[in-house]
Amino acid sequence: MNRRNFIRTGFQAFAGLTIGGIAGLLFSRSSSEEMVWQLDPNLCVQCEKCSVNCVLPNSAVKCVHSYSMCGYCDLCSGYLQPGAKARDTGAESQLCPSGAIKRTFIEDPYFQYTIDEDLCIGCGKCVKGCDSFGNGSLYLQVRHDRCLNCNQCSIARLCPSRAWKRVPASQPYILRGDESKRYLES
Amino acid sequence: MRQRTRLLKIIFVFFLLVVPSLDLSQVRERFPKPDFQTDYVRPNLITPATRSPILEYMDIFVLVAVLFLVTYSAHKQRSRRQIFLLMVFSLVYFGFYRKGCVCSVGAIQNVSYALFTSAYAIPFTVIAFFVLPLIFTLFYGRTFCAAVCPLGAIQDAVVLKPTKVPAWLANVLGVIPYIYLGLVLLFAATGAGFIICQYDPFIGFFRFGASFGMVIFGLSMLLLGTVVARPYCRFLCPYGVLLSWMSRLSKWHVKITPTECNNCRLCEESCPFGAIKKPSETVHLENRQAEIKRLAVLFVLLPVVLIGTGWIGSRLNIPLSRQHFTVSLAEEILLENSGKRTEMTDATTAFRAAGKPTEELFEEARIIQDKFKVGGWIVGGFIGLIIWIKLINAFIRRKQPEYYIDTGMCLSCARCFSYCPYEQVRLGIITPEEADKLGTRKVKIKQFRA
Repeated sequence: MNRRNFIRTGFQAFAGLTIGGIAGLLFSRSSSEEMVWQLDPNLCVQCEKCSVNCVLPNSAVKCVHSYSMCGYCDLCSGYLQPGAKARDTGAESQLCPSGAIKRTFIEDPYFQYTIDEDLCIGCGKCVKGCDSFGNGSLYLQVRHDRCLNCNQCSIARLCPSRAWKRVPASQPYILRGDESKRYLES
Repeated sequence: MRQRTRLLKIIFVFFLLVVPSLDLSQVRERFPKPDFQTDYVRPNLITPATRSPILEYMDIFVLVAVLFLVTYSAHKQRSRRQIFLLMVFSLVYFGFYRKGCVCSVGAIQNVSYALFTSAYAIPFTVIAFFVLPLIFTLFYGRTFCAAVCPLGAIQDAVVLKPTKVPAWLANVLGVIPYIYLGLVLLFAATGAGFIICQYDPFIGFFRFGASFGMVIFGLSMLLLGTVVARPYCRFLCPYGVLLSWMSRLSKWHVKITPTECNNCRLCEESCPFGAIKKPSETVHLENRQAEIKRLAVLFVLLPVVLIGTGWIGSRLNIPLSRQHFTVSLAEEILLENSGKRTEMTDATTAFRAAGKPTEELFEEARIIQDKFKVGGWIVGGFIGLIIWIKLINAFIRRKQPEYYIDTGMCLSCARCFSYCPYEQVRLGIITPEEADKLGTRKVKIKQFRA
């Protein structure tokens, strides 16, 4: 073995040990679980950026509804425009720009509001309405059947209130109300 | 007495159970929940699951399998066609199916982030994607680049008429990946963000959607890629830096010829990446004294270069740290407090609504700026060292009797093999005698299409 080969073997061993060392250090801090992105509804300020900053043409962020918290109001501040002339399903009365909220009569005086996720663009206008004047049962969440789970979420990067974080894939939602309790227990 | 302890216990358990569930931010019952008279049942909130963990492990399996196959194709089969087919598979699987996101190039950032942020638990798959290609490269050369990396594959697919980049230009441009790597590590370690993902030119193609600027960047990269083969891999890719280090040390790197080289010059122009080097002339010894002097000057210059570039790096801490959310927020708050800006942004509104003291924010921002200062010294010094090593390399001449592969640059794409007459012998196309005869060729070689 000449001198050059000896140095080469030395460097090889050094490189191998460095990779091994870094890998070992990383393993000691790793989790076998994948991490996914989610936004904390309690930090969300409904800036509407979720609807445009997602890499998907139709954002993976959608409005979700904790029915256990909902007041089933006739005058729903998440559904109706402020100062809407009528409490009806007319487009001019609705707050949602894409008409993604379905209003169904249940019994006097209660109405159920359901989100059509295929129509929802995740702008959070209804969330703002419900948060400001209602019970806060409407809020935004990443829907993991849609999310691509980018390494660096482009919505998270531009979120003005730092509401986004990486959460374990086994519990990928941050819910509100009884839904949250049921979800965490399951 | 026992009764009392039990009571205390009950109270304690009660508090333990009840207090955490009274999350104040969630209690906002302005309207009472209705008591339905009809038999209406509240619908459930559906929570679609994430991608199955089994599929995550399948990604690792596919990575290892393709790495093995590419290595086998390059080393044993020596087949460009096989490597090309594997490359198409990788482009489809890691690119269009996985949308480019579980990616060895981007994994550098997760690694850097995890090493400096104890709160971040780096997923097992990401470690695998970071480590496995490096280990393979340490043994077999950059077979990962040849056909596993989707970013490389999309560029390789558009290599139409590669031209030679002049050696000096390639050397100068070759510093960019080191600068990029330094910045990537710095930004990830300080938590300022993952810039590889942010400025990935090709991911928009995999997802069929990107911002206008990135589409233009990606398209121009592909256009450039038709004449300058794989521009991202050679002059930008930060993971390529690590891979080229490993590849230089690789135990069994591919060779152009399966047996021997007779300097026939047929492979000279076959490499679109400029990784095939000509045999160097015998070293002239008459200038030895002058050359030793030059080397001595370079060695004396080393500390000056390191301190100089390190200093520049540390002085860049203010503009660089603006990439960090906390720092940019602190600057905005400062502007607003001083009355220089009257309109509040979404971020400052959210910050003020949260009611955190501004002093706390400023302190955090200062800590991050200090981190950027230290990091700037390290990254600057590192870049200085790289430039210095490149200078040294320009002055050291080793005697090379045959055509050889620059193992740091070679991507093991197997393009050059078929140009070698002894490879043609191995394939049974020509006889050994014919191959030997080619060794005396003195004619000018035309440019071969890659």
